[in-house]
Amino acid sequence: MSATGIGAAVRRKEDLRFITGKGQYTDDVSRPGQAHIYFVRSPHAHARIKRIDTKTAAGMPGVVGIVTGAEFAESKLGNLICGWTVLSKDGSPMKMAPHPALAVGKACHVGDPVAVVVADTLAQAKDAAEKINVDYEILPAVVDPTKAAGKGAPLIHDAAPNNTIYNWHIGDHDATAAAFRGAKHVTKLEFVNNRLVPNAMEPRAALAEYDAGTQHLTLWNATQNPHVARLVISAFVGIAPENKLRVIAPDVGGGFGSKIFIYPEEVVCLWAARQFNRPVKWTAERSESFISDAHGRDHVTTAELALDADHKITGLKVKTVANLGAYMSTFSSAVPTFLYATLLSGQYAIPHIYAEVDAVYTNTVPVDAYRGAGRPEATFVVERLVEAAARELDLDPADLRKKNFVKTFPYQTAVASLYDAGDYNASLQKALQIHDYKGFGKRKRESEKNGKIRGIGFATYIEACGVAPSSLVGQLGAGVGLWESAEVRVNPTGSVELLTGCHAHGQGHETTFAQLVAERLGIGIDQVNVVHGDTDKVQFGMGTYGSRSGAVGMSAIVKALDKVEAKAKKIAAHLLEAAEGDIVFKDGKFTVAGTDRSVAWGELALAAYVAHKFPTGEIEPGLKETAFYDPTNFTFPAGCHICEVEIDPETGVTSVVGWTAVDDFGTVINPMIVEGQVHGGVAQGVGQALLEHTVYNDSGQLVSGSYMDYAMPRADNLPSLKVDMTVTKCPSNPLGIKGCGEAGAIAAPAAVMNAITNALGTEKIDMPATPAAVWSTIQQLNKTRLAAE
Amino acid sequence: MPTVSMKVNGKDAKADVDPRTLLVQFLRENLRLTGTHVGCDTSQCGACVVHVNGKAVKSCTMLALTADGAEILTIEGLANGAQLHPMQEAFRENHALQCGFCTPGMIMTAVDIVHRKGNNLEEHTIREELEGNICRCTGYHNIVKAIGAGARAMSGEVTKQAAE
Repeated sequence: MSATGIGAAVRRKEDLRFITGKGQYTDDVSRPGQAHIYFVRSPHAHARIKRIDTKTAAGMPGVVGIVTGAEFAESKLGNLICGWTVLSKDGSPMKMAPHPALAVGKACHVGDPVAVVVADTLAQAKDAAEKINVDYEILPAVVDPTKAAGKGAPLIHDAAPNNTIYNWHIGDHDATAAAFRGAKHVTKLEFVNNRLVPNAMEPRAALAEYDAGTQHLTLWNATQNPHVARLVISAFVGIAPENKLRVIAPDVGGGFGSKIFIYPEEVVCLWAARQFNRPVKWTAERSESFISDAHGRDHVTTAELALDADHKITGLKVKTVANLGAYMSTFSSAVPTFLYATLLSGQYAIPHIYAEVDAVYTNTVPVDAYRGAGRPEATFVVERLVEAAARELDLDPADLRKKNFVKTFPYQTAVASLYDAGDYNASLQKALQIHDYKGFGKRKRESEKNGKIRGIGFATYIEACGVAPSSLVGQLGAGVGLWESAEVRVNPTGSVELLTGCHAHGQGHETTFAQLVAERLGIGIDQVNVVHGDTDKVQFGMGTYGSRSGAVGMSAIVKALDKVEAKAKKIAAHLLEAAEGDIVFKDGKFTVAGTDRSVAWGELALAAYVAHKFPTGEIEPGLKETAFYDPTNFTFPAGCHICEVEIDPETGVTSVVGWTAVDDFGTVINPMIVEGQVHGGVAQGVGQALLEHTVYNDSGQLVSGSYMDYAMPRADNLPSLKVDMTVTKCPSNPLGIKGCGEAGAIAAPAAVMNAITNALGTEKIDMPATPAAVWSTIQQLNKTRLAAE
Repeated sequence: MPTVSMKVNGKDAKADVDPRTLLVQFLRENLRLTGTHVGCDTSQCGACVVHVNGKAVKSCTMLALTADGAEILTIEGLANGAQLHPMQEAFRENHALQCGFCTPGMIMTAVDIVHRKGNNLEEHTIREELEGNICRCTGYHNIVKAIGAGARAMSGEVTKQAAE
């Protein structure tokens, strides 16, 4: 391993600009003459828009224009779409209702935009917006997903009777029912997987500019996938032809899924920039983010696990209601189906699984992928069940897991996934050792002496990353392929521009991708410039989400580098007057095998561009190659997280006092960055389990709509984390990478709740286990105990 | 419109502003110092922290006019030319940032913690002192490490300056 190559903890190239305040996020970009846009949003969860009076507002200082939903509809633009078709049990396609960028006739959630004001300054736009009078007829709202399809629930969209989007299922119903009939023991649990607000620290933003001379539109946008944004905005919404629209995703301050999607705001900014012939900027305020960024999770689930007399798991039955909110967001349909139920086998050999998922509309903000997307929900179901089963059977939860782990690969699960490689026992064993599992009893007694209750919980999770190949996702209903592209442009001096279709918003691609290129070509990482996030520079790419950049994006780089090397060898053979087959490329030098005749990388690059004496027709001048890579399978990272908590029964406060993570991500390019991803994921998972709660009241008002009410994890909510790894290489891509971005968020909620339920001695507590929830549970238990005595 | 003037990163700055202009808006829009960020509208996240007369302040919670006559230090003015401040160096060395959005506020807060609490910071002190700064990427693990390291390195700076 070289000092900067694969496996080295190289310090990040991108950090200098961020630590000196020189990052360029969308809101940091300003264009001459730019106007500001303000979105007038519905304060009601469900309301008919009877009339919008804009007369007074239109005369306010600085106002450039005001547009209502009905007026915007006259532009005949297309709706926003969900790009993944899911079929119901009966084969009928999901019921996708129209989602106009600005609501027409009816608002369907608090925050649904109904009009916009464009003005010279943001303050002027806000002042004018206050003078807009919207006459609403308030309609009954439904926010609880378990009530959405029921009798008496208000119908949100005509296109979806009973507010039902689909009734989907996977697995073998009859075989699973038979497994349960033959079971010796059945563990049954009910869960709420709480709705979360992603809360990337940079609020979403868009700046659109129109060049009337060339009829080109440019959009600076806080997005995780600029090319898909351009495609959808062109091909479906119809703002402009693809070749007349440039999307730039500059520095993006976190995404966690929420910036994958194509939202109303960027569409309206683009339209307004052309309409008013002014650059138009929008930056969300945080309170606006809460009611307009796609939320995550929101499942209500009943699940049962069947075991035989030997404690082997024989079956799993799951019934989930998934709340998709008021409109179907870009990938929302896939999250509670293909990204969720296909992972319900966990790390276990479960012969029979049957899962049903009903997706419903409610009068809430749309729900879509959020860090982990479906996989945290699946892990929560499986890992809570296994832990509870171990308790009911008086078994060590580690032993029950070991007994049921998948041990031979490849392994075909009962829910379509084909696990390719792993060693689940190895990560569990290592975690037990690092965590000092044996010492838990002693620590528990120490806590008791101090009046505290200590608990320990596991999560041995499975994840699927790098969703692929395109042919498979196409069969599953995806409207896109999930390959990735890379272009390696070698400069005449031997330095390299690497263009990638992935997009970094915190992942450190400018460093890790450079590490790969540098190692391969024998140059310094400072000689590699990673270019991403601009549709005028990068030809096409699928962006970054689902931990795909390593497994898919870097594989495309490998393929492009293969082509560069092949052509370089041809040039070297010509320069060295040797046969192409005799050229060896090593340590940045092309050598004729068995001789000391060689040409260095830099000399070769220059020769490629000077091209003097190239045999015409045999070798083209230049050195630049492009590759598209489509993996053969998903990747399956897995690992074991152990959480230890201490609860103060007097206050209900839960402190996370120990955390051990042992993950198998396959090949690791930069362990420092990978560990950082685990830290961040765990924090989000702990946030879900202990703090974060998205609360709607019955009328559909978001009660937790700011950082005053929505508890984000702070530094003092978390401990230092012990992070380690085991490695089994992924066989489906050339580097053996599995992906690491979501693991922490997938494992953590189950690990925390297993620890808390272990401490309390009851399974009946939902996330978030706030001090109030824990305290009430303890009081309830005490009451029950007293009554029994 | 009233006129406001202050010293920002050692340079005089003066402008006519709408009285409701916040300090952060003045810095970002009038002076184009976009390193100071806005991450919330309730003074919770700390992405906008700058130093006003040597003390950490959330610039989204202060009117530009209130800062009239003050000396302001933003992230852009923290390094000594090309030489990074020890806290900036510590953030890079310890991988204490991912997306970078909260980073300027974190670093300005961290320097302020050291000014108030000294160079030998216990882990729990750092975690408690970060109550007003939210990071969604790092889980704080490496930020806590970086601040401890940066605090120690700042003591070296003081000694060095004294020696010079």
